[in-house]
Amino acid sequence: MSVGDILFWIVGLTTALCAVMVVVTQHIVRCAIWLLFTLAGTAGLFFLLGLDFLGATQLFVYVGGTLVLVIFGVMLTATGPFIQLRAGAGEWAIAIIVGLLLYGLIALSWLFADWSKLPGSALPDDPRRMYHTEQLGRALLGDTSVQPSSVLPGVSGSRAAADKASGKLPEPPKRQASAFLLPFEIVSVHLLVVLIGAAYLARAKRKRVVMAPRESL
Amino acid sequence: MGNVGLTQYLLIGAVLFVSGVVCMAIKRNAIGVLMGVELVLNGATVNFAAFARFHEAFRVEGQIFALFTIVLAAAEAAIALAIVLNFYNNYLTVDVDSAEELKG
Repeated sequence: MSVGDILFWIVGLTTALCAVMVVVTQHIVRCAIWLLFTLAGTAGLFFLLGLDFLGATQLFVYVGGTLVLVIFGVMLTATGPFIQLRAGAGEWAIAIIVGLLLYGLIALSWLFADWSKLPGSALPDDPRRMYHTEQLGRALLGDTSVQPSSVLPGVSGSRAAADKASGKLPEPPKRQASAFLLPFEIVSVHLLVVLIGAAYLARAKRKRVVMAPRESL
Repeated sequence: MGNVGLTQYLLIGAVLFVSGVVCMAIKRNAIGVLMGVELVLNGATVNFAAFARFHEAFRVEGQIFALFTIVLAAAEAAIALAIVLNFYNNYLTVDVDSAEELKG
């Protein structure tokens, strides 16, 4: 077992444990803190996968933005009895049974899934062949000539030779020309519209309701 | 435990997903339900990232869909919190069981 595997099990099991604790904890503020650890652990998993840009985005947007928003929501609404809203014991029993069944179903289907039937081939276990930030940005623009970051002449040649020696298909699968610039723009505008709408929805408007009849008189 | 590959990451993602589903179902605090949604979206993101890492066909798509998921989760959290705050302003509670005005 390599260092990467040990790190994966530490980070992954911590993340899973924190996710379960989010469900189990009754206190809403502690829920938020467990959620913080879960999101940070997910970012750690992304870093372990070699997806550095994705991990950084997870830390910035989720841990830095969304979770702060959630904690503000907790602080604005956590008054008196709403800090601890409990579900009944029967509901807990049903939830645990349903959760375990659902997890068993998903885990079994993952364990017996045959990914080799998918188009394309499984990647060799080499994080240097990942798309890092530059390649990701060029792929976003639809640059189909983009290559994985470490396909340097020597590496590429040795891999092709190794594939030829082992009898596999030497040529990489032909990529469809897929540009993600338009979805990216749509998502950006969508986020802007949603944030403006959220600010409009959440603004305090009690005073205006009181003031309006007086002005109309 | 064997070598860490696609399946192990998918199993961790499944833990996040199931935790989120149970969290959505059992929390009575509206913000707790929102946290469940975040957990489900995180599980999906882990799956996308795992496929981006371990499969040739999803190397770009996995990362980009994961990025879209993160951004859309941020948008969803903003709008859901706005609705929860509005509900709290009007009814002075965040208990989802008391939001029954539209019940048939």
